Amino acid sequence: MAGPSSHTEIAAELATRPGHASLGSALVRWMMITVSLVFLGALLAAPLFAVFATALEKGWAAYFQSFADPDTQAAIRLTLITAAVVVPLNTVFGITAAWCIAKFEFRGKSFLITLIDLPLAVSPIVSGLIYVLLFGLNGWFGAWLQENDITIVYALPGIILATMFVTFPYVARELIPLMQQLGNDEEEAAITLGAGGWFTFFRVTLPKIRWGLVYGIILCNARAMGEFGAVSVVSGNIRGMTTTMPLHIEVLYNEYNFVGAFAVASLLSMLAVVTLIIKTLVERSGYRRR
Amino acid sequence: MKNVGRREPNVIPGFGITLGFTTFFLCAIVLIPLAALVLKAGGMEWERFVGVITSDRAVASYRLSFGASLLAACVNMVFGFAIAWTLVRYDFPGRKIIDALIDMPFALPTAVSGIALTAVFAGNGWIGQYLEPLGIKVAYTWIGITVALTLIGMPFVVRTVQPAIQEVQRDLEDAAETLGAGRFYVFLRIIIPTVLPALLTGFTLAFARAVGEYGSVIFIAGNMPKLTEITPLLIYIRLEEFDYQGAAALGVVMLSISFAMLLAINLLQVWGRKRMMVSR
Repeated sequence: MAGPSSHTEIAAELATRPGHASLGSALVRWMMITVSLVFLGALLAAPLFAVFATALEKGWAAYFQSFADPDTQAAIRLTLITAAVVVPLNTVFGITAAWCIAKFEFRGKSFLITLIDLPLAVSPIVSGLIYVLLFGLNGWFGAWLQENDITIVYALPGIILATMFVTFPYVARELIPLMQQLGNDEEEAAITLGAGGWFTFFRVTLPKIRWGLVYGIILCNARAMGEFGAVSVVSGNIRGMTTTMPLHIEVLYNEYNFVGAFAVASLLSMLAVVTLIIKTLVERSGYRRR
Repeated sequence: MKNVGRREPNVIPGFGITLGFTTFFLCAIVLIPLAALVLKAGGMEWERFVGVITSDRAVASYRLSFGASLLAACVNMVFGFAIAWTLVRYDFPGRKIIDALIDMPFALPTAVSGIALTAVFAGNGWIGQYLEPLGIKVAYTWIGITVALTLIGMPFVVRTVQPAIQEVQRDLEDAAETLGAGRFYVFLRIIIPTVLPALLTGFTLAFARAVGEYGSVIFIAGNMPKLTEITPLLIYIRLEEFDYQGAAALGVVMLSISFAMLLAINLLQVWGRKRMMVSR
């Protein structure tokens, strides 16, 4: 198996790392790489390619035609609206929570951090269920809401609330450890020299945390646009009205409109790829996740 | 300025308002809705509550959800370790791209991975067509559910194990081998003990995520009651029947599992940190 060239390679390796190299370790190395690549290929790469292959199986014309469907356009619009409301709100929350947790000492701090992370542990279905139980027709506020003509469940507000719940911790959990590590010295210096609180935040803190913030926001956005389970429970799945893009995929898929379903899926896949690219660029700029 | 610092007066402003806003938002979005769930289930008579959560259909769904999640987490522990090891220790063309791709399941919407996996593993799919003649039906069986849960749990294991493998001291390995230890012995006595806490944490994270997963599973599952129906789907069905209490009771079961998992993860991390300290 091992030709003369690989013999010399092994000999060279033996010389540099005594006791470590042998034919066996080359074999282990080759096996580990193969196993990893086959596993990831079957589980990650194949499905990703399948999305685009199925979306394009009837040609580019059919692919673009599927976006002419008004219900598909409505779904895209609804997803964009939801993300446009949820991401800024959760960003403001994340910054506020990180400021209070990283800059001050108080009792119950670690408990507060645990509570902020809580939505990550909850099943998406339960995340939607809780809002139906609160605002649904038989829910705690159901009767009152109906009297006052307010609809939350099976409408936009419910979708926004459920999405806020599932993306709640994303920005905060990125910023809290980052700001804790950066410390308070520069902020204290700025304040002591007479700078105001807002000025200090925008000129001193924000530039330091910007990469962590970008990181948190893009992950929050990806989840907000892609959430399925929680939104599915509160949306009522009214075609063209309360279906976000992931829900619209399900509608089209169940109608055996595979080109349409995978065309919408291809948009969300591209979003995921862009998210990963930005994430990699942020990491390359020196930001290290904690 | 109010003194909120531990050792010296803290000059930084905004403690009251940020803490107030954080607490308010947390209560409004997370805590009150979760309390509503517990109260709803608490409003049931005890017998009925027990009846709902121990019905045949519910128990069959727990067995499936737990079994498939456990299996998926085990698969991930093995392959996740192999992937993490490969990414840390070996250099090969495309390593950086693979490393970035690991996070794909975090970024890819679950509905997309659901229909994509179904397309690949169905009887006429790219991979399914080779498995079907072997008698392995993946799509619309528990195997398909396990495949979907493996996909969404994979990054948790890889990302927790990766830093731990970086921690393994190579000089220790080299020393052991120079002293005559076999590769398997080194793996068992040096690598595994260092990586074990991370491996178990990753396992628990993947398991916790898998138990509650919905979107990527329902497309590939087949969704037959008692056979391929996961617990989150049963909750969904109860809600569609307007059986709010039944849904709430099952929701409380899921929530309790989440809390137990959260506790387990925290304990594992404390244990891991302690081991780190001792080994240094």
